[in-house]
Amino acid sequence: MSLTPPRPGGPRPNVPVILDGEEVLAFDGETILDLARRLGSPIPTLCYLDGLSVHGGCRLCVVEVNGDNRLPLACATPVSSEMDIRTDTSSLRDHRRRVIELLFAEGNHICASCVSSGACELQDLAAENDVDHIHYALEFPRIDVDATHPKYVLDRERCVLCTRCVRVCDEVEGAHVWDIAQRGSQSTLVAELGKPWGDATSCTWCGKCVLVCPTGALSFKGRSTGEMRHDPDVIAFLARLRDEGEWIDREEPAP
Amino acid sequence: MTDTTDAGRSTGSSAVPDRPRLRMATAWLGGCSGCHMSFLDLDEWLFDLTDRADIVFGPLADIKEFPADVDLTLVEGAVTNTDNLELAKAIRANTRVVVSFGDCAVTGNITALRNGMGAPDAMLERVYVEHPDLAGVLPTEVVPELLPTAQPLHELITVDVYLPGCPPSADRIRTALIALLDAMAAGEPLPRHWRGPEDRTFGN
Repeated sequence: MSLTPPRPGGPRPNVPVILDGEEVLAFDGETILDLARRLGSPIPTLCYLDGLSVHGGCRLCVVEVNGDNRLPLACATPVSSEMDIRTDTSSLRDHRRRVIELLFAEGNHICASCVSSGACELQDLAAENDVDHIHYALEFPRIDVDATHPKYVLDRERCVLCTRCVRVCDEVEGAHVWDIAQRGSQSTLVAELGKPWGDATSCTWCGKCVLVCPTGALSFKGRSTGEMRHDPDVIAFLARLRDEGEWIDREEPAP
Repeated sequence: MTDTTDAGRSTGSSAVPDRPRLRMATAWLGGCSGCHMSFLDLDEWLFDLTDRADIVFGPLADIKEFPADVDLTLVEGAVTNTDNLELAKAIRANTRVVVSFGDCAVTGNITALRNGMGAPDAMLERVYVEHPDLAGVLPTEVVPELLPTAQPLHELITVDVYLPGCPPSADRIRTALIALLDAMAAGEPLPRHWRGPEDRTFGN
């Protein structure tokens, strides 16, 4: 396992931790997820997206840390000195399978009739984590589809409540069209506090929510089964440009 | 692809003489038959399969009663009506290894889309009475009664192995059958979570 070469003039990793049995150095304040990804140790995630704030809602990225009887979230937990972290144990794999199965059980995730089949993070997570059936009784909820927007469709039956759309609309686009209404199993994605999406005048039609959706919940209108392709990685690109001030005119143009 | 006696089992197994012949069945519950179409897509490998196993029941063989003493049954479709339920119970009572075959058997899938509409009467009204091109009457003869909801197979009988996919591709079916038949012939534990060539579970 190779460490990132020290960046000249920049901070160097100087926090000693144990990651899956190996002694490594983390940057001060680095999260467990960032450390693991930097060192090529895969931790499954769903609600996490580079470029957005941390939500910590899907509970897929949980890890084991010696001396902690809870399962900390890799995405939201900064490393501390001498932390002994395990990212892939049989108990963690079991836990992750259960989380994925519960997501399938509470919605109507029928891949065979989904726009995102073949390019869906939930479908991929099921395959990667050996979910070949659902132990829990399936809910088969009746949830409305909102196809009122001229360009996009919201299929709430396929929503996993990851809030990527809520966050990207608020944090990157600055429109804050989306929110989660209700609580618990009644939680549902709403536009402008409960309006049909087509009536939401704050929506700029930018489509970032559609790009970041991990499932078939948000899609371009008119896509048929298996035709939808999302592009969540574009958000990290936009966030970097914003952080580096790319959109700020540095010089007044000559008159 | 017919039922054979014990004495007849040795005749077709010349290609693989050291392996015992197994008795295999397929069944079609509440599904579209796409999984069986995919099974037929095994093409010439079906000859290899019949070298190792007799296919003793299924929609591809005209046998009315589910036979006794079956080693392996692939069950396509959700349990959605009384006939499905009866056959599912007969399969479980007479099969050593029951495979939930395809997404309808594994999750309910398309067949279970009606569940969100509540009692089956609502769906029947919508399809047979409200539909303008049909006679406007509910079918009552010949067809079995619908159960309150369409359910995955494992909600009603014990399932040993899951082979999801809509449909599972022929490659995935072959990968699974080879692994299962090898394990059963050798008396080893059943393999689970094998990865098919396309590395997918649900969907197509």
